[in-house]
Amino acid sequence: MVSTSQHDWSLHRKGPADQARHLEKIKEAIKENLPEIIAEESIITSDGKRLIKVPIRSLEEYRFRFDPYQGERVGQGNGDSKVGDVLGKGPSQGKGGRGKQAGDQPGTDYYEAEISVDELAELIFEDLGLPDLRPKSTREVPTESVKFTEVRKKGPMGNLDKRRTIMENMKRNALKGKPVFGNLTNEDLRFKVWEQEMRPSSSAVVLAMRDASGSMGEFKKYITRSLFFWMVRFLRTKYQDVEIVFITHHSEAQEVDEDTFFHLGESGGTRVSSAYSLCWKIVNERYDPERWNIYPFHFSDGDNWSEADNKLCIELVNKLLTVSNLFGYGEIREGGYTSSLMSAFTQIKDPRFVIVTISEKRDVYPALQKWFSRGGVAIG
Amino acid sequence: MDDRELPLLEEAIGKIWDKAKELGLDPFPTHFEIVPATILYEFGAYLLPGRFSHWTHGKAYYQLKASYDYGLSKIYELVINSDPAYAFLLESNSLLHNKFVVAHVFGHTDFFKNNIWFANTNRQMVETVSQNAQRIRQYGIDEGSLEVEKFLDAVLSIAEHIDPYPRREPEEKKAEPVPAGEDPYGDLFPPEKEKPRPGRKAKPKRKVPPEPEKDLLRFILEHADHLEDWQRDIIAIVREESLYFVPQMQTKIMNEGWASYWHLRIMREMDLTDDEFVEFGKLHASVCTPGHSRINPYFVGLRIFEDIEKRYGREKVFEVREMENDVSFLRSYLTEELCRDLDLFIYKLEDEHWRITDKEWERVRDTLCDSMTNFGHPYIVVEDGDYGGRRELYLRHYHDGRDLDFPYAERTLKYVYSLWNHPVHLETKEKDRPVRLTCEGERVTKTYL
Repeated sequence: MVSTSQHDWSLHRKGPADQARHLEKIKEAIKENLPEIIAEESIITSDGKRLIKVPIRSLEEYRFRFDPYQGERVGQGNGDSKVGDVLGKGPSQGKGGRGKQAGDQPGTDYYEAEISVDELAELIFEDLGLPDLRPKSTREVPTESVKFTEVRKKGPMGNLDKRRTIMENMKRNALKGKPVFGNLTNEDLRFKVWEQEMRPSSSAVVLAMRDASGSMGEFKKYITRSLFFWMVRFLRTKYQDVEIVFITHHSEAQEVDEDTFFHLGESGGTRVSSAYSLCWKIVNERYDPERWNIYPFHFSDGDNWSEADNKLCIELVNKLLTVSNLFGYGEIREGGYTSSLMSAFTQIKDPRFVIVTISEKRDVYPALQKWFSRGGVAIG
Repeated sequence: MDDRELPLLEEAIGKIWDKAKELGLDPFPTHFEIVPATILYEFGAYLLPGRFSHWTHGKAYYQLKASYDYGLSKIYELVINSDPAYAFLLESNSLLHNKFVVAHVFGHTDFFKNNIWFANTNRQMVETVSQNAQRIRQYGIDEGSLEVEKFLDAVLSIAEHIDPYPRREPEEKKAEPVPAGEDPYGDLFPPEKEKPRPGRKAKPKRKVPPEPEKDLLRFILEHADHLEDWQRDIIAIVREESLYFVPQMQTKIMNEGWASYWHLRIMREMDLTDDEFVEFGKLHASVCTPGHSRINPYFVGLRIFEDIEKRYGREKVFEVREMENDVSFLRSYLTEELCRDLDLFIYKLEDEHWRITDKEWERVRDTLCDSMTNFGHPYIVVEDGDYGGRRELYLRHYHDGRDLDFPYAERTLKYVYSLWNHPVHLETKEKDRPVRLTCEGERVTKTYL
């Protein structure tokens, strides 16, 4: 009436495959919501390693259910519960409280998926490419890197793979019934064999320029930062070395460090040409276009000093375009007007001069897509 | 447990079986399978081995497995209602631990065999679900796995809305044949005699369904006009599997209480060494502890059964295990003293905190029983399958004081729409105000009535 057995069930399994499908669906859902997710504050303030939580809206198993925060239910204590005891904290303000997103109806339910910044970056960058590059005359410097690719039975003692050698020895002993380490012979030895890899070296420099004039408020700074975070991250996947030069300007431009770049308070008027001049100067002095892929990016609200300065800007942009792979201009505005600088820039027809306008968080993703559209050339 | 202990376990299982029989239990013949944790957790997630593939099962598996890996939870036993019954033992458990589980399992397999609510369950369900899985797999190959997945998403969203009780056929005059061609269901539902209702125009309406239909899946299966054969089959499969699990949902407290009641009595009579007895005591304590604000069905069920034995004798506990389900069990045997000893209470959300609001035993009992209506899911019926004469589906939620989760209801309505293929309405209440949700495709609109 009773029996026991111990079968091997490994061939009958579905869990791992269905779990993989579940994870795939999480990724799909994240991808659908990239515009909302990408400018999350938690991402750009993270160190890029830890997991971040992203709210996504489509992995719940929807069914007719009761409002989870309403009504009475029965619980059980440890013997000494009293009326009035608090069992735990409920959702703060209203219900369905995990999500934030203003404008969403109360109770909208979010599923929070965990994802690392790297994975997220991979999803974002899947559709991004580098804009067409003009062939560079430079001899690309091959870098030498060593990669262990194989294990052999013979080789120099310096390359002895100790771990594998011990394993082999123990295996051999185990066959004789004694699974211990000892009696090392030549046939136990294993050696690592390496190959030299030749990779073209590639370097890029990002010249990040930010308008720090009085009209650039907190929101504009935040958007700049978010765009910049992904931009640099993306370029780092394409180039071995990415250097970044930070320039801020109001009526004068200056090179600053990263911290100052993002946190410098606003003051003064705006003379955009000052930044472009400094940029040109730095390129000439430090970044030989023969060797460097050059990416100037400028973030501003387009509120420039004068028509004359706009003209000067156009000249400088054209000049910079002769040495740059891509010149990105990001105009961040909170109203619907067209800035004078923007109108002036429409005269520039070079496809490598790419203008994006951003007026809310969710524009960050399209902006990246516009700057780094597909059809680009893969480097290194 | 290592391989050398397997014969010891087999011997112990034989002894435990004999002891269980001697004490009056009448379990199904039970087959024990010894498996590693990953397998146990997989079966736990799918609820039955070999059930169809779907990402929701993968999600459940991942969650169970993760909480096991992090040491947060442990499945104690996994036993399947079938004849013979199957039970799974964890190979990493100690020998004593597995003996303990075996004793517990015989409580369950006795319950499956003898409790009246299980009388109509399919005792070959393991074979059935793997045939179902095989058919669904084939539909995936034929129709595209994404198509099938999407369809399953929709069907599973209303999997709880079934009716386990036999359909009450309208007794009226079946004889009168209806002229064909007028209405596709005319022959199924003959028109009522001309009997003008007061206040309405004398227009006898053939109502589909004639009575509010609780079984949403069956209604859609029988009346939706766009479904293909494979889709109907999937609805039938999901419904069949849901029905199989109903008695288990209806007897959670009793079933676990019964199994705990017996593992105690069986193990006490086994010849345990002192060390084994201590280990057993710890295991029992880890299962049957008072809840940490949640109800522990093992503990509550055990205490009620013991109280019944104390008050009415051993014979009575057997009678109770045969006749009752959780609702009737609690209604009849949860006393004021038990309610106090078990420290049951009512709690709710007040000022952003979950707070205990009442301990009055009759209110506790009634709230608990009410929460078990429709196995804890909102009670929703099809009121009209041809609403407005436009083939629209009109659902009604029998509001019992608890509102629906509206964002969820809206999403679910979209699923129902995808199955029904005509607009779908759901009438319910929001804060006592009658409201109707209407889904006509992508959009769901809300109208206060």
